[in-house]
Amino acid sequence: MERNLMKGNEALAEAAIRAGCKCFFGYPITPQTELAAYMAKRMHKAGGVFLQAESEIAAINMVLGAASTGVRAMTSSSSPGISLKSEGVSYIAGSDLPAVIINVERGGPGLGGIQPSQADYWQATKALGHGDFQLLVYAPASVQEMVDYVVKAFDRADKYRMPAMILADGLLGQMMEPVSFPEINPDAYDKSGWAANGHNNARDHHIINSLYLQPDELERSIIDRYKRYEIIKETETEAELYLTEDCDILLCAFGATARVVKSAVNTAREQGIKAGLFRPKTLWPFPVKEINEAAKNAKALLSVEMSMGQMVDDIKLAINCSKPVEFFGRTGGVIPTPAEVLAEIKRIGGTL
Amino acid sequence: MATTEILLAGFGGQGILFAGKILAYCGLMDNKELSWLPSYGPEMRGGTCNCSVCISDEPIGSPLVLTPDILVVMNQPSFDKFVKDVKPGGKVFFDSTMIEASTDRTDIELYGIPSQQMADDNALKGGSNIILLGKLLKETEICSLDTMKKAIEKVVPPKKAALIPNNYKAIELGMNA
Repeated sequence: MERNLMKGNEALAEAAIRAGCKCFFGYPITPQTELAAYMAKRMHKAGGVFLQAESEIAAINMVLGAASTGVRAMTSSSSPGISLKSEGVSYIAGSDLPAVIINVERGGPGLGGIQPSQADYWQATKALGHGDFQLLVYAPASVQEMVDYVVKAFDRADKYRMPAMILADGLLGQMMEPVSFPEINPDAYDKSGWAANGHNNARDHHIINSLYLQPDELERSIIDRYKRYEIIKETETEAELYLTEDCDILLCAFGATARVVKSAVNTAREQGIKAGLFRPKTLWPFPVKEINEAAKNAKALLSVEMSMGQMVDDIKLAINCSKPVEFFGRTGGVIPTPAEVLAEIKRIGGTL
Repeated sequence: MATTEILLAGFGGQGILFAGKILAYCGLMDNKELSWLPSYGPEMRGGTCNCSVCISDEPIGSPLVLTPDILVVMNQPSFDKFVKDVKPGGKVFFDSTMIEASTDRTDIELYGIPSQQMADDNALKGGSNIILLGKLLKETEICSLDTMKKAIEKVVPPKKAALIPNNYKAIELGMNA
């Protein structure tokens, strides 16, 4: 397969177009702007619509409208912009619509900074908007995975009729790596049973709605959705287990941080320390089975993140607090170094 | 081959990211694993700018180069900032028109050529970065001349294809400097 050299942001855009995305609505923000710029250049040639909305809130509501008609629709932003989109994401979830939302994270809270961060983990996995709902959340760690998970996000969003998010960061968005594009079949799902598209009165109206004034009706719709979530938790988790079979200390990291941690794990191994890496590729659902498999022989776990430790609780819950879970992180746009992580491995290794 | 970590640094506008891209494409042409990571944000707009390139036979871990094997540097602040980070045995390529190489390190190899002056003398406006790449090509095992020529063809945008021979000339000047 041909290898192209692309920025993560451009690869996200190209993969979305190849996955049959017909509508992109965005608003510029560093460090994801190349994605929207690429869409502006390519989308009309690919027979789709690129529109720079007047705001992030407008963009996400345009996604809601486009998704209602059954076409594949996407928006992208970075942390502060994603917060603005949260209302629309909740409406999309409440309307059972498929859509893809990309967050190329930067430091927060507030306007924060523009350097890479992972401090939107809680927002993505717990509460991107009000109400009982979840997003599928994918955490790529390379430019190739940016492509692979955009394709998968569109597919699963259609399959389960729910929004899916790619949670990336400024480092992955800005870096270039070789990337190949797989063959993609974007038309696998029949949406004719619910899509609100033109039909010349040939059938009954399809109504897209998230308002239920009768509590028992609303409750029923939510319970139905949670039945799907149970299936997703059973079948959609993905993780990479690296040198975990015999590890004493299990490092846990996702996205760009996992690359730094992998370098540190390799150095630790060279020095005779049995370190391993658990890398969740799906953040929701969290890979519970996989982390228990990875941690089976470990004496301690160490979560490494570009945040103040937002994944730690999920790790503790997943392993039922059966082992100590330590934390090391940098935040605000600072990227941890392999040397810092190695020092933490040694600090914890010393107490085993 | 272990991973070769390269850091390129200078002022915004000197072609730091462009030179990094050429090295990245050299890796692509030779079917290696590679990564290219720019500094982004306010630095790009007139301040100092840098770019990390990793080329390896193995998958790349962290793409951020903190301790380069090779440093390509085009201004004094970047030389002063990064020369201490170069790995022992590492190589530093710098523009001696712009930089006074004051360092007490004796465990690294310094290759200073007046690339800016050479570019001016040869009517190669903006070619200082590529002249330094020519010197790098000569003094390291990074890739062949043929590979670098192919990389240049890839990186120069089609609209500016007329400038490709100038880039070849700049490489040659650097190799012979």
